[in-house]
Amino acid sequence: MSNPLVDMQKPEVIFCIGTNMTECHPVAATGLKKAIARGAKLIVADPRRIGLADLSHLYLPLRVGSDTALLLGMAHVIAREGLINEDFIENRTTGFDEFFEHISQWTPEWAETITGVPAKDIETAAMWYGGANKGAIYYTLGITEHICGVENVQSLCNLALMTGNVGREGTGINPMRGQNNIQGAGDSGALPNNYPGFQAVTDPEYQAKFKAEYGRAADLEKGITKVTALELCGDSIHAMLIDGENTLLSDPDREHCEHALRSLAHLVVIDIFLTETAELADIVLPATAWGETDGVCTNTERRVQRMRAAVPPPGEAKPDWWIICQIAQRLGFKGFDFNAPKPIFNELCRVSPIYAGLDWERIDKSEYQWPVPHKEHPGTPRLHEESFVNGRGIFSNVHYRDPAETISEDFPVWLTTGRRLQSYHTRTQTGRAQGIDYLLPEESLEVNPADLERWELADGEWCKMSSARGSINIKVKATNRSPRGTVFASFSFADVPVNLLTGSGYDPITHTAELKVCPVRLEPL
Amino acid sequence: MRHKIEIDGVEVNFSEGETILEVAQRHEKEIPTLCYDPRLEPFGGCRLCIVELEGARNPVASCTTKATLGMVVRTATDTIEAYRKTLLEMVVSENREVDVSPLRGYAAGELADLRDKYAINSTRMTGATSGTNKTDENPFILRDYELCISCYRCVRVCAEQEGDHAINVMNRGFHTQITTEFDGLLKDSACTFCGQCIQTCPTGALADKKALRAADEVADAIPDKTRTICPYCGVGCSVDILTKNEKIVGIHPAMDGPANQGALCVKGQFAYDFVQHSDRLKTPLIRGEDGELHEATWEDALDKAAEGFRQANAEHGRHSIYGIASGRAPSEAAYLMQKFIRVGFGSNYIDNCSRA
Repeated sequence: MSNPLVDMQKPEVIFCIGTNMTECHPVAATGLKKAIARGAKLIVADPRRIGLADLSHLYLPLRVGSDTALLLGMAHVIAREGLINEDFIENRTTGFDEFFEHISQWTPEWAETITGVPAKDIETAAMWYGGANKGAIYYTLGITEHICGVENVQSLCNLALMTGNVGREGTGINPMRGQNNIQGAGDSGALPNNYPGFQAVTDPEYQAKFKAEYGRAADLEKGITKVTALELCGDSIHAMLIDGENTLLSDPDREHCEHALRSLAHLVVIDIFLTETAELADIVLPATAWGETDGVCTNTERRVQRMRAAVPPPGEAKPDWWIICQIAQRLGFKGFDFNAPKPIFNELCRVSPIYAGLDWERIDKSEYQWPVPHKEHPGTPRLHEESFVNGRGIFSNVHYRDPAETISEDFPVWLTTGRRLQSYHTRTQTGRAQGIDYLLPEESLEVNPADLERWELADGEWCKMSSARGSINIKVKATNRSPRGTVFASFSFADVPVNLLTGSGYDPITHTAELKVCPVRLEPL
Repeated sequence: MRHKIEIDGVEVNFSEGETILEVAQRHEKEIPTLCYDPRLEPFGGCRLCIVELEGARNPVASCTTKATLGMVVRTATDTIEAYRKTLLEMVVSENREVDVSPLRGYAAGELADLRDKYAINSTRMTGATSGTNKTDENPFILRDYELCISCYRCVRVCAEQEGDHAINVMNRGFHTQITTEFDGLLKDSACTFCGQCIQTCPTGALADKKALRAADEVADAIPDKTRTICPYCGVGCSVDILTKNEKIVGIHPAMDGPANQGALCVKGQFAYDFVQHSDRLKTPLIRGEDGELHEATWEDALDKAAEGFRQANAEHGRHSIYGIASGRAPSEAAYLMQKFIRVGFGSNYIDNCSRA
């Protein structure tokens, strides 16, 4: 997030797109509810009539995968109506003239033909956001899990840049991160393109820096992403170390994924349960869990926080860091003689400019949001206040693209996937918490009541759902949350493996899977 | 004299909009409250926070009265303390019991603490009790309204903090009852089971059913607390893990947590017991000749884990090995995963689980 969570109570206009925040980030959503109670306007763009839509002043029910078109249409209106922030554009950005010309062709009437959202509603959304002194954008995987995830994010940046809604209280471009330390995992350099602290592996200066630090130079070329690695399993990838990820259930195209993991000569999985993924491993190493492990995590607003052990681990389970050190030492690797998490975190701080002012003691009270470049620095709750890291904000002349697969005679229904309030990911944890079953005992497919008849389905009955990759059986639930022609299911339940169906395509730059769009066919059982 | 008032003979500063209670608390005056939760709008229901205000005919509720220039306030005169004691006697007499398990919720002991502070032990008010328990089979929230004192903190936290408006008030006066719309079950209301009502309740009337399962072992002892961060989404709510005899018995939201300021959701509040579930892996496992996974020693498992990477490196080169770090484990794990790949194999064949 560019802005801190406390800023969520402060915008005049809130634009939420592709975020089911009341279910997936419920505590963050309380901030938005307070802003609304104080008079802020909420615009929600989502294919499903989610809880946030019910709270909104303007709901834009766009067709799945049409976000770029909607955002181009909004940019068109903001420019046409003169709602741009000329000072900001002049002083902080580059490429506006070309962008201005680019968006002149993408009228809201054109956007209506792609998105299905009435042009006048697109205009209203643009007028509200463009007219606000403080307009804030919030998004989640509904923006990124598309083949055009990058263009979607760039389109949001365009809106914020042209209106100057960046670098101030109650504004910003705010992606909500989905896992307690997914931000920290990236910060720590577990990325094919960056060393710790987002230092590019392709920069010879950083290569030299880490050679001096680690005693060995890593490639100057980017590594491959996990998606590519899974494709290459058995061909050029032969051994894999997976820490705490149930790849098999969380990733698209389960059959392909299972085949990939099975074709490895050597798979080592570190986890707390024998997950579906761990069941495929050659070696399974038991890790200590949350509540048993001392360590550091970083949240969605870049706040670096301590996690603390409260109880001893079961049996012989060991912390992840210990396990990795033990394997590394057996292979003769240097720099793995740690006996506690503190010196590991302090090393991460030492090699990462964004953490340079931090250490194990300083993060004890959760006070710092990165970047914290030196010990006297107070941290950075709000990014881009005075300038952008890379100089000027760049306008992107994006074009709308269709999803990888579009509905057809064979697969006439849009399936979109996500999470639910009461379950988390693949339920390795919430599925083992007593009482959760009372609220959410099973998965079901959300179908608009008006679609039941034409698809010959009945509420509460099972149906067969098929995509180009496979079929599953799932119970039908009639609800107006789903628009006509679009259905929804979560990927949480192992007995309804929705990710058998998904996997139609990937964003070519980020390799993020298009989990939000999958044409399917529904048949009664 | 700008922005100054006098409290108990001492001149103190205040900020525009501050209440007398807030100013007094900042200056470490102990004014009793029951309906007050600093996260919520002042309510003025319990009247325990009354103070004497020079020039005012009657005592005023300090939680709802804004400080204004030149006020002279007395917080604990004999008269005021006598009023408070009588009020407390009446409140205490209405309830089935006052001493409740601390496992019921974060604030569950507030009424008992005030009873002790004011040494309420008379029985002169003893009579009818108010509130009727509601049978609700939900596994999380006990609705023990015989302990309710109608402070409305639960109603207000649900509306103001959560924005859910799931619970409200039925009837008036002595028959006041907290309930959901149409007096039904929580599951059939707008309730999201975030647990905020049980954590703000000052008597334990709304209580943590799940934590109370450990009430026998814990008796009335206060469990140990460990401050940490919720294991679920990326908001990073601060929580206190409650433990007793090396067992996690419940979760309290951290009222001073920078990301959540006391708020939690159903997962953070109640979905903690996966940690000590019997399914946890307790020993390393190695796949045997028979194709099955078998329990093994750490020595054997680590040797074999290392050997497989050595072999892949020797046979197929350093780009045949790939690492996937966790978005759920601490940063030390992710840092060492990338170091393992970069130091060990000189490649950037490392990723985390953020792409799916």
